[in-house]
Order: sequence, then structure tokens, then C-alpha cells
Amino acid sequence: MKLYRIMAIIERDMRKFFRSPTLMVSSMVFPLMQLVVLGYAFGGKIQGVKVALVDEDRSSEARKVRELFAGIESGPKTFRTVEYGSVGDAVMDLRAGFVRAVVHIPADYSMRVYQKNRPRIAFVIDNTDNFMSSALQERVAQAVAQLNAPDVEPRLKRQIDLQVVEVYPYIEYVKYLLSGSITMSIFVVAMIGGGIVFIDDKARGLHEGYLVTPIHKTELVLGLSFAGALKGLMAGTVLAIIGGLIAGIPRIWDPVRLLYLLVVLAVASLAMLSFMFLVMVRVDDPLVPRAIFGVLNTLLFFPSGAIYPVEGFPWWLRWISAIDPFTYAVHALKNLLLKNTGFEGIYLDVLVLLGFSLIQISACIALFKRQL
Amino acid sequence: MNAIEVESLTKRFGKLTAVDAVSFTVPDGEVFGLLGPNGAGKTTLIRMLTTLTPPSGGAARVAGHDVVREPDAVRHSLGVIPQALTSDPELTAMENMLIHAKLFGVPGGERERLSRELLESVGLENFSDALVRTYSGGMRRRLEIARGLVHSPRILFLDEPTTGLDPVSRANVWEMIRKLQARTRLTILLTTHYMDEADKLCERIAIVDHGKLVALDTPARLKDSVPGTNIVEAEFEDAPANWMEELRGLPQVAEVTQRDILAHMASHDGPQTVAALMELARQRGVKVKTVTVQNTTLDDVFLHYTGRQLRDATRSGGPGFDISHLYK
Ligand SMILES: Nc1ncnc2c1ncn2[C@@H]1O[C@H](COP(=O)(O)OP(=O)(O)OP(=O)(O)O)[C@@H](O)[C@H]1O
Ligand SMILES: [Mg+2]
Repeated sequence: MKLYRIMAIIERDMRKFFRSPTLMVSSMVFPLMQLVVLGYAFGGKIQGVKVALVDEDRSSEARKVRELFAGIESGPKTFRTVEYGSVGDAVMDLRAGFVRAVVHIPADYSMRVYQKNRPRIAFVIDNTDNFMSSALQERVAQAVAQLNAPDVEPRLKRQIDLQVVEVYPYIEYVKYLLSGSITMSIFVVAMIGGGIVFIDDKARGLHEGYLVTPIHKTELVLGLSFAGALKGLMAGTVLAIIGGLIAGIPRIWDPVRLLYLLVVLAVASLAMLSFMFLVMVRVDDPLVPRAIFGVLNTLLFFPSGAIYPVEGFPWWLRWISAIDPFTYAVHALKNLLLKNTGFEGIYLDVLVLLGFSLIQISACIALFKRQL
Repeated sequence: MNAIEVESLTKRFGKLTAVDAVSFTVPDGEVFGLLGPNGAGKTTLIRMLTTLTPPSGGAARVAGHDVVREPDAVRHSLGVIPQALTSDPELTAMENMLIHAKLFGVPGGERERLSRELLESVGLENFSDALVRTYSGGMRRRLEIARGLVHSPRILFLDEPTTGLDPVSRANVWEMIRKLQARTRLTILLTTHYMDEADKLCERIAIVDHGKLVALDTPARLKDSVPGTNIVEAEFEDAPANWMEELRGLPQVAEVTQRDILAHMASHDGPQTVAALMELARQRGVKVKTVTVQNTTLDDVFLHYTGRQLRDATRSGGPGFDISHLYK
């Protein structure tokens, strides 16, 4: 094995990379767009949901309820209420989609309050949208808990309080998503630079020009892998910085963290590229990488925990997640970007990614066809 | 010493035998031509000799090394200019040259100088920093040739070096190959389906058809092996039934065949045959529409050995019409 031949292959790839800005731009634009659009689409608090209020009691007790709701309307603005005369009309409008929930204070509400006879408020909810219904339910439950609070604190408190200590400042969704977007930029580079360009060059017959030289297939595979990893590293670094600024990651220029970031991005790129290379090593048809782009994207990105925690997955999805290089890259990047952990937060992921790379590159070398 | 030794080399693609038990040797310093129509198996043969395709049978030694057992040693001594254009369109000519030189381990000090010299010798010195994407087909072909020489190979394989070039560029390439060969005594194996090209460039020519080697000799001797030194072709009107027999009786005529509407006569003395032909036609009341006299060419040699004319074989397509393998 000769280093100068590996270097020649890397040089060729890098020259081509810098010459055609398409790959560079597309490897940035797609993940950045995803970061901004998904980040702000998913991250926001639910606000301004229309809720129907049917008050058949109209007593001072009912007014307490309504005041609480008015408080929510002017405070967190989760919903705004619309008065309805009858439960029937309100539920009809709920089914038609004009309101998302109905709060019904029945006529006997105040009487039951005075009699201490289990007073009830009905909360009818459109549960087709999970996120919204749980946000509404949470707010209303809080309001009801306030109604239940005793007017005078008892002297001996028997109720158990859960004290929540948040270790890190509040993380907006766009920050949470950033790690996934960085990994995505590496994926795009691996897909276009490693998959599509590789097979296009093969189809255009350019490979024949290299196969007639004394290069070994090991050198060719290593050269192409390292060149791809270098491109991925560059794309990932640029995205980490631009994305970090957009998402507002504090102290983005912290040099120690930047160093760790580079380490993670480098091994993640190598793992991603060699994965792609392994998938494509025997493919000749230039349509194949284009056709499976979406499949690979879905199969690698979503199970990685980039947008939803792995703990919420069914067992088979957890398995995919376990063998997905994306998962480890995202995990390590989250540790660095959200918690600024040191080396102890990333070394396991780095080792796993290195292991992936080693296995994948070896398999590529074994499968690579040196002949036409 | 022999640069190339081929011993009943065979390549099968499924049922098709693309190269069928071909044997020949090329001594050091010779320019050797493989002449054959599309699909004859020329590229397949070159690919086996340059270690790009494993043979199905037989053996070959190139530069003293077995192509199957010592592919590395073979690759080091070869320059290959494949039929397909393989230079990188997204790189400049110079970059293509330098990277190729690096892959061959040409020392750093010489890479630049050699590349410049070679680009100059193919007339691309003013375009060395232009992207290959902007080249015309002929420029690209010349770049391929320069690139194949960057490591000063002992043996050069050229697969159809002038296909797709205009007459001027073709002449340039011929000139270049001749000069190069005169200067370095490089062994060259080239393929072509142009008779004139094989005739002008090659010291010896192997005619291949359907994977088989049908004749191998110097151009002059190949032409000698065909009866006659001239070819007289004529078209007649109102020819009697036994007209072909009568033509055979003409002085100096060695062979008469009917090709389409033309009577094709191999003659030892063209002018004398034509004179006699005109006289005979006048006597018999046959009208001569056209008549031509030519020296025997390799075309006639090809016709003689394969029963087909090369231009027909090329045009008719047949098994050679499938070009999909060029894109593999
Ligand atoms: N990889 C392959 N798979 C199947 N058949 C092939 C393959 N390569 C070549 N062939 C067939 O082998 C035969 C010889 O092809 P080859 O390319 O060697 O011809 P050639 O003499 O170079 O023709 P041309 O003048 O058109 O370049 C053809 O019939 C071709 O279709
Ligand atoms: Mg060919």
C-alpha cells in the first residue's frame, strides 16, 4: 500500500469538490432549511386555540372558574374562549372544527360546591391532534388544581411535593434539533459526494482511467473514504457554527468544545461515508443512489433520536436506531452542544463510530471490484 | 524480447465468445495493429491484456509478466488509452496529468516537467489549465494519449485512437504516434477499424473478426496474399447471362466476384484489364456505366479473409452493435 496513491485520490476528489459549489451548497442548504423550518414549526408553545365555554350555572362559583380561564387567556394565551348558549351547539361546532374543546359548567355546579358533593366541570376535547390536546388538557388541569387548593393552608402538610431541579437552562426545540441537522449535512455529503458522484464517475467510464494505473483497491477505497470524510467534516463544521449561531447555542466559540466537535464530526463523517460506500460498492446504475436517497434519509435520520427520543420507540425501531451511525453522532453532538460535556460525554460514541467505520471500510475493500 | 505474448486467449460473456483462442506475439519496439469491425473483440482483448478483465481461458504475458498472476507488475509497465474517454471533465488537463503521474509514482520533480512536455507534444500547451469539460472531442482524445504516456511506459495500448476525430486531427494523432515511436522505440498495440490507419501506422496487422484472428502479417504481405495488385470495379447495363464468365477470361484477371451491382475484378495489371474490358463490352453491346481502378488495399484483404467488406461489417451492426459494455 502506497500513501502517495491514496493522497492522489484524495487530491482529485477535493479538487472536484471545491470546483463544483453545488455539492457544498446543497449539503448546507437542505439541513439548514430543515433546522429553521422544523425547529420553529415543532418547537413553539401552543397558543390561541379556540375553546367553547358553556356556563349553565352563572353563579359566583362559576365566575371563579371563568376568571381563571380569563387569566390563562391573557397570560400564557394557550386558548381563547368563546361563549356558547348550549352544550349541543358547542359540541356540534367542535365536530365541525370551529372550536377545539368545550368547557361545560353544569347548572348544578355551585350547588354541589356548597354541598361538597363532588362538583364537576366537563371538558370535551378534540383529540385528533395529540400535541394540542395535551397542551390544552395540561392548562385546564392546572386551573382545576388551583380551584381545589384549600383557601387556608393546613398547618401540617401531608401532601408530597415533587421538587424538580432543571440542570440545564430551557432548551428550545431548534437547539434540540441542531445536532440532527449537522449530522444531516454529513449525510447529504456522503450521499451526493460518496454515492451519486462515485457511481456517476463509474458510469461515465472515468474509473477505467484509474483502474489501468497500479492503484490497489485498498488504496482506492481508503482514498475515496477519507476524501469523503474530509468533505463531510467541512460541511458538518460549517453547519455546526452557522446552525449554532441561528439556534443560539451559548459560547459557540469555546475552543475546547470546538476541538471535541471536530473529533466527533470527523468520525461521524467517516462512519457515514463508509456506510454509504458499502451500500453503493457494487451498484452500477446511476439511478439507484437517487432512488434510495429518501429511503436512506428516513431510515437513518428519524430513528436516530434527532427529533424524538429513542426511549419512545417500539423495539424494532430501537434496533434500527442501535445500528444507525446517525444515532451515535446525534448523541455525541447533543452532549457537546446542549450540555457542553467534556470528553467523557463523547468517547463512547466516538469509539462506536470508529468501529462502524472500520467494519464498513473492510467490507468495502472486500467487495470492491478492481476489474471492469 | 517479446513485449506481448498471447497464447490462445479466450473471453466468453455467457454464450458469446468475444475473443476466441487468439494467439500472437509482439516483439519489443513494434507497432502492432488489431484491425476489425465493431464487436470483433478488440476492446475485450485489450482489456484482458491490461488486466481490466479476467480471461476465460488461455494465457498472456505482457512486459514479461503474466496478466493474471502478476497484474501489478503488468500495470506498472503499461500505458493504456481506453476506447472510452476517461479523463476527468471537472479537472484541468494539467491536473489530470499530475494525478495520473502521482498514481504511477512519478517522482515529484519530474511530474510537472513531463506533463508540460507531453501536453505540448499533443498541442494542448495553451489549454493545459482549462477544464477538460470545455475540450472538444479531438482535444480530449489527445489529452488521453498524453496522459497514457506520463509515466514513460514500455508498452502503449491504444484503443481506437482516432475514432471520432476529423481528418486533420487524425493526421495529427498519426504523426504524433509515429514521432513518439521513432524517438522511444515504444511497443505500441493499437486497434482500429480504419484500413488506412492500420496501413500507415502498423508494422504488422492482425485481422480479427467475431473474436477470431483470421490473418496476421505486415500490411504489404497481407496485400500480396490477395490475388492481383489492382482492383477493377465496374457497373454494366444489358449484361448477358454468361458475362461473369467472359470477364474471367480477360487478360491479367485473377478473380472476379459480384458485389451488389458491381463486378469486382482482382487484376495483376489494372490498365491492361480495363482496356480489354472496354473492348469486350463494345463487341458484346454491353454498356459500361462506371469503371474504377485502385491499388489493392487492406479493405480487399479484409474482404478476402472474412468474405465481407469492412465497411459493411461495420455498418451492418450485428453483435457489435451493442455498446452497453462501454458504459460499465
Ligand atoms: N461486459 C460485457 N458483457 C457482455 N458482452 C460484452 C461485454 N463486453 C463486450 N461484450 C461483447 O463482446 C463482443 C466484443 O466486444 P468488444 O467491445 O471487444 O468489440 P470491439 O472490437 O472493441 O468493438 P468496437 O469496434 O465497437 O469497439 C461484442 O459482441 C460485445 O457485445
Ligand atoms: Mg472497442
